[in-house]
Amino acid sequence: MALLRITSPHTHRAGRRTSWVMQMVILATLPGLLVQTWLFGYGTLINLFIACATALISEAFILKLRRRPIGFFLADYSALLTAVLLALALPPTVPWWLTVTAVAFSVIFAKQVYGGLGNNPFNPAMVGYAICLVSFPVPMTQWIGASELIQAGATPTFSDSLAAIFGTLPTVDSYTMATPLDAFKHKDGLMSSEAFSSILGLQSANLSSWMWVNVAYLLGGLALIWLRIITWHTPISMLAALAVMAGVFYAIDPSNAATPVFHLTTGAAMLGAFFIATDPVSSCTSNRGKLFYGAGIGILIYVIRSWGGYPDGVAFAVLLMNFAAPLIDYYTQPRTYGHKKAKKGLAGGDK
Amino acid sequence: MQTPAVYSFHGGIHPPENKAQSLNLPLGSPRLPDELILPLGQHIGQPSRPLVEVGSRVLKGEAIAINNGFLSSFLHAPTSGTIHAIEKRVVAHPSGLSDTCIVIQPDGNDQWIELEPLDNWQDVSKTDVLAFLAEKGIVGMGGAGFPTQVKLQGAHKHPLTHFIINAAECEPYITADDMLIREKTLELILGIEMLQHLVNADNVVIGIEDNKPTAIASLQQLIRERQSSIQVAVVPTKYPSGGEKQLIKLLTDKEVPSGQYPADIGILCQNVGTCVAAYEAIQYGRPLISRFTTLTGDAFKAPQNVEVLLGTPISHLLKYADLNEKHLSRLVMGGPMMGFTLDTPEAPVVKTTNCILAASTKELPPPAPEQACIRCGMCEQACPAGLLPQQLLWFSKSQEHEKAEHYNLFDCIECGACSYVCPSSIPLVQYYRHAKAEIRDARESAVKSDIAKQRFEARKARQEAEAAEKEAKRLARQNAASAKPAAKKPTKEAPKAAPEPAVANDDAKKAKIDLAIAKAKLKKLEKSLLEAQEKEHTEEINALQIQVDETQKDISELERKVAAAPNATPTKKASPTGMSDEAKKAKVDVALASSKLKKVQKQLVDDPDNQELKDKAAGFEADLKTAQALLDKLGGEAKAAPSKAKTALSEDAKKAKVDMALASSKLKKVQKQLAEDCDNDELKAKAAEFEKALKEAEMRFAACSGESASAAQKSDKPVMSDEYKKAKVDVALANTKLKKVQKQLAEDPQNTELQGKTVEFKKVLKEAEARLAALEAPSLQSKEATPAVKNTVDTNSDAQRKLKIDIAIANAAVKKAEKALAKAQTLQSEDIDSLEQQVAKAKAHAQSLEQTMKNGSQSANTAPLDSVTDDKAAEHKEQLKKQKVTTALAKAQVNKLKRQLDAEPNSEQLQKDLASAEQAHQAEAAKLEQLTNTQENR
Amino acid sequence: MLTVLLAIAILVVLALVFGAILGYANVRFHVEGDPIVDQIDAILPQTQCGQCGHPGCRPYAEAISNGEAINRCPPGGQATVQALADLLDVEALPLDGGEEEPVSKVAVIREDECIGCTKCIQACPIDAILGAAKQMHTVIADECTGCDLCVEPCPVDCIDMVEVGVTSRTWSWEKPQGVGAQPVNIIATDRQVEAAH
Repeated sequence: MALLRITSPHTHRAGRRTSWVMQMVILATLPGLLVQTWLFGYGTLINLFIACATALISEAFILKLRRRPIGFFLADYSALLTAVLLALALPPTVPWWLTVTAVAFSVIFAKQVYGGLGNNPFNPAMVGYAICLVSFPVPMTQWIGASELIQAGATPTFSDSLAAIFGTLPTVDSYTMATPLDAFKHKDGLMSSEAFSSILGLQSANLSSWMWVNVAYLLGGLALIWLRIITWHTPISMLAALAVMAGVFYAIDPSNAATPVFHLTTGAAMLGAFFIATDPVSSCTSNRGKLFYGAGIGILIYVIRSWGGYPDGVAFAVLLMNFAAPLIDYYTQPRTYGHKKAKKGLAGGDK
Repeated sequence: MQTPAVYSFHGGIHPPENKAQSLNLPLGSPRLPDELILPLGQHIGQPSRPLVEVGSRVLKGEAIAINNGFLSSFLHAPTSGTIHAIEKRVVAHPSGLSDTCIVIQPDGNDQWIELEPLDNWQDVSKTDVLAFLAEKGIVGMGGAGFPTQVKLQGAHKHPLTHFIINAAECEPYITADDMLIREKTLELILGIEMLQHLVNADNVVIGIEDNKPTAIASLQQLIRERQSSIQVAVVPTKYPSGGEKQLIKLLTDKEVPSGQYPADIGILCQNVGTCVAAYEAIQYGRPLISRFTTLTGDAFKAPQNVEVLLGTPISHLLKYADLNEKHLSRLVMGGPMMGFTLDTPEAPVVKTTNCILAASTKELPPPAPEQACIRCGMCEQACPAGLLPQQLLWFSKSQEHEKAEHYNLFDCIECGACSYVCPSSIPLVQYYRHAKAEIRDARESAVKSDIAKQRFEARKARQEAEAAEKEAKRLARQNAASAKPAAKKPTKEAPKAAPEPAVANDDAKKAKIDLAIAKAKLKKLEKSLLEAQEKEHTEEINALQIQVDETQKDISELERKVAAAPNATPTKKASPTGMSDEAKKAKVDVALASSKLKKVQKQLVDDPDNQELKDKAAGFEADLKTAQALLDKLGGEAKAAPSKAKTALSEDAKKAKVDMALASSKLKKVQKQLAEDCDNDELKAKAAEFEKALKEAEMRFAACSGESASAAQKSDKPVMSDEYKKAKVDVALANTKLKKVQKQLAEDPQNTELQGKTVEFKKVLKEAEARLAALEAPSLQSKEATPAVKNTVDTNSDAQRKLKIDIAIANAAVKKAEKALAKAQTLQSEDIDSLEQQVAKAKAHAQSLEQTMKNGSQSANTAPLDSVTDDKAAEHKEQLKKQKVTTALAKAQVNKLKRQLDAEPNSEQLQKDLASAEQAHQAEAAKLEQLTNTQENR
Repeated sequence: MLTVLLAIAILVVLALVFGAILGYANVRFHVEGDPIVDQIDAILPQTQCGQCGHPGCRPYAEAISNGEAINRCPPGGQATVQALADLLDVEALPLDGGEEEPVSKVAVIREDECIGCTKCIQACPIDAILGAAKQMHTVIADECTGCDLCVEPCPVDCIDMVEVGVTSRTWSWEKPQGVGAQPVNIIATDRQVEAAH
């Protein structure tokens, strides 16, 4: 009989380990992954495999350099989750080396250099995405179009996707076209109504495929909320802020702005709201803080989409709000039992 | 009966309840264990003070420990029996450390003490009832063990709006309160009503979780029957709704302000167990000696609730509930959420033990390794105190205590909800506990260092003030000195006269300062030398040794200078100072040599084979001897000095005494070493040597005191009485030592070493007594001699009176000796012979004193006629006294040898020694007799 | 020419105005800063033990403010060195003379060996020893800082430095070992097995 001396509590909630949380988030991306594959071909799947392999290898490599137990940390699935989110965000035709660069950068520089899981101030996936978007804007903004609208007339086959990713497909242009957001951004002085009728990327077929993608992510996100892995605060406040911004500006100037529905159903709106912005490590902690944080992201997304240099702004909006997260945390501490008011700031600051 | 409103609190968790298994069996009552272990600190606050001694018999319900201050409690014997021990035992504490416990060996009769209930509790003042509860040892039985009377007293601070009875029992597994409500419903309700009366509460609510339908039903039925105003609030099952603060929030929607008590917002909370205990105390006079405890967990074959006596070892309960030892992996006292693990089942049940959870590995698997915090926020959702556990973890980990406090670390109730939900298996509560303890420690040490600083500064200020005062006095003296000649002599000469001593003084001062510096340097050097020796840096040792020697040379030179400086001054007071300075120097040498010797010996103990060290030790011993000799010589000179060297003399005596103490401490050390290493001949030799040294020192001391006595004869009574006092102190010291050893001996009668020590101490005691007796004699003589020849009649009567007192003292000594003898006989000590001798001697002494008194009264008549004869008589008596001491010593030697011979009957050497010692003793005795005769003839 | 003069005049006027404002602010918002010696002194453990070579903590604080090394305080341990380094913004040196962390100790006089020489009383920097000439002395344990300055002067070697042990009242949970470690502290040995039988 060996008796253990352990601090209380002696019992723990069964099953809900960090690795389980990560697995569930990965599983919740399945609807989105399937819809993307169905609509845009196998490129996303191939990217996924490349990304996962890269993530595991680079994580193991850096853990070895840091002399940390490799198996223990790989088993938490956090590197895989980063890889999956990046693979979903990258265009299906993106060259393999770009995926590798993005994933390796996010795992090594955005996460491990800061001390590994739990210590990264920025969302690793979005750091990798933003680095590639800034460095290689052309491949990062090419996206497969809806099959009715593109020259090829059908989604790329598996071999074509593979060939596109490894740079051996000369006819890649026949599959790609501007995304709705990209197209809307470059409507060049056209009225909104004119743009929607004339520009290829804004045809209803393309819009509906993007809508399906977003609906799929919404479903996955709702499942996460139902599993209590994430709370509703961040995604709802982010989507609400985006919708309100879009609504306000649409009401002011309907001829130049797009509808709130357009903004909510295109680009990475839902992926960002439920999977990117809710990354717990780099976001705010208290429920009130999450509301501010999500709203900030929503507003920034609209700002970047409308007046920025890039068609979509989820990555930049999330990174910018990551900067602000500690500040928000300081000022949104919950009220502790027995205290009349919630405390603010840090000790030694404003007491 | 209206249903009270139930509110909610933030957070909380729903762990599996696991309450059914311990409710299958009825309430059990284990038989008496073999011993009951009652820790003195079963409650919050100061540990109780034991009222009983080991071996005394107690009855069931008898108070065995009393409260120790305001926040403390009584403790009672849970059964009748004898106090087996009061000692450190492992107690129920997460640390697994031991604490003082009273251990009772039950006699099996379970005989109650006569109980005195407080029948008229409604009429007597409430303070008296509270005091009664305190005397019955009632403390909060929910978890913390807060003394109930203190809590009830606190409730009078504010008018009570709510009196809440905590029956929530939210922790999984535990059903003790559930069982208590079922078994003692009436007692509970009556107890609540008593407390309600005590605290003047109108609104009484029992808070109970909805997972105890049977208990709720019986409560409600009884309340209906009695038409009581007590309300039952059924709260939804959620951990930790039984936490005091959480229950208050649940039932009143009020929050206890941070750092305050419920009483501060007019709320009082009591556990059901406490109510029942209070009822039984008041109604039947029963103190708190048992409690309901749940025995549960997969390792038990028969999990159940038991009513168990406090102090019952948990191992006894494990056996009672049929523990399957193979399955036991974790033994928890309390529930799985807030209980603590026990290292050993030997720990006893205390007043706050509500559950013993003997869990299998399957039930409570060992915690998974800690993973990184991903700030998922599940802990925040679960925290019932509304904290940000993940931020607190961050600050606790990085020791940012200020920030942790800012994030309200001290509002954490350590309920464990955060750790329960943490997906990364982080032991959050342990981090918080550690951080809290660190913060508390830091606060305490800050307070302590503040106090130290204040005291240091106060001391500095005091020293400065003293120095300033001295300086002022010196200046005043100087002024007075210079003023006198100025007054007498013509003014011209005054300025000449003044500077001369000033210059001399300056010189002396400078020399003194130099000396002090040199000494400090020497000390430092010696320290580094010692260090070097410890680290075995040979080169350094040599270099340092040279330096030390040089410095010592410097010092002696400087000392000479210092000694010379005052000599050179025109005032001729110098010689005694110079003498004492020299003596001091000699003393310093002795001390140095002895300290060196000690150090070397210490090293030698560590490394007995080191020849070099042995040589060194021998060298140091030689040094010590020469230094001692010098000192002795100086002492002799001091004696011979023409000045009336009483101070020097008494200093000498003091020195001798210090030497004696040194020698005895050395001796003791060696003996201690010897005890560890009995066969070490070298050590034995050393011990013998030290003994010799000690004896020498003692002799010297005796001689000194003799001298001082003779000096004192002429002038000084106080010195005499000083010596006398000293001797008395020695006797007392020897006595205490002896007693101590005897006590040890009682514990360990087989220890021959201790026996030896006892004998030795007895000898020391005897010697000291002899010395005392010896001192008494001259003191009488001196007293006789002092008052000159003038007021003869007065003096004589004075002397007579003194003599009488002395005789009384001597008689007391005789009695004492006889008593000691009787004791020795009962103890069958080997020392009977010597004690008998002692008695005889003391009697002789008393007789001689009586004789002296007769003589004194005779001589009183002759004294005025011839003072010269008187002087001679004094001298003679002095001699006589010396002779007595010598005889006593010789006798002691004989005794010692005899004893050794007893131990080693075949030792020829010893026999020879004994014979010679006996001879010596006889010779001395003869001399003594002769002297006594001469004196009597005179 | 006029423009140049005008420019100079304007600049001079501006300088005067801003100078006045700054001067006023300096007086008005003057902060009575804690002198650095006090701050250092507050960090030192106040054992007054003199192991740094100075007669007390305050003199050492003064010496540090004059540039002495910050690692001369054994009773404070590495924690004090770190705190001083943070305060003074210098590099934290390893503790002078060994790595071992300070253990809190108190002096205890073996009372029946005490000869009442008062030497320890004079040595105690914080007056924590009680006694008089030829009377037995004793240490006020609560006030003792464990500086061991009284040990050496004792002629009969009757002062021991006793470690202040951990009791169940001062015990606390140790810090968990961190990520990757199992939060199990001690696995009880066979001793308990025997006890259980």
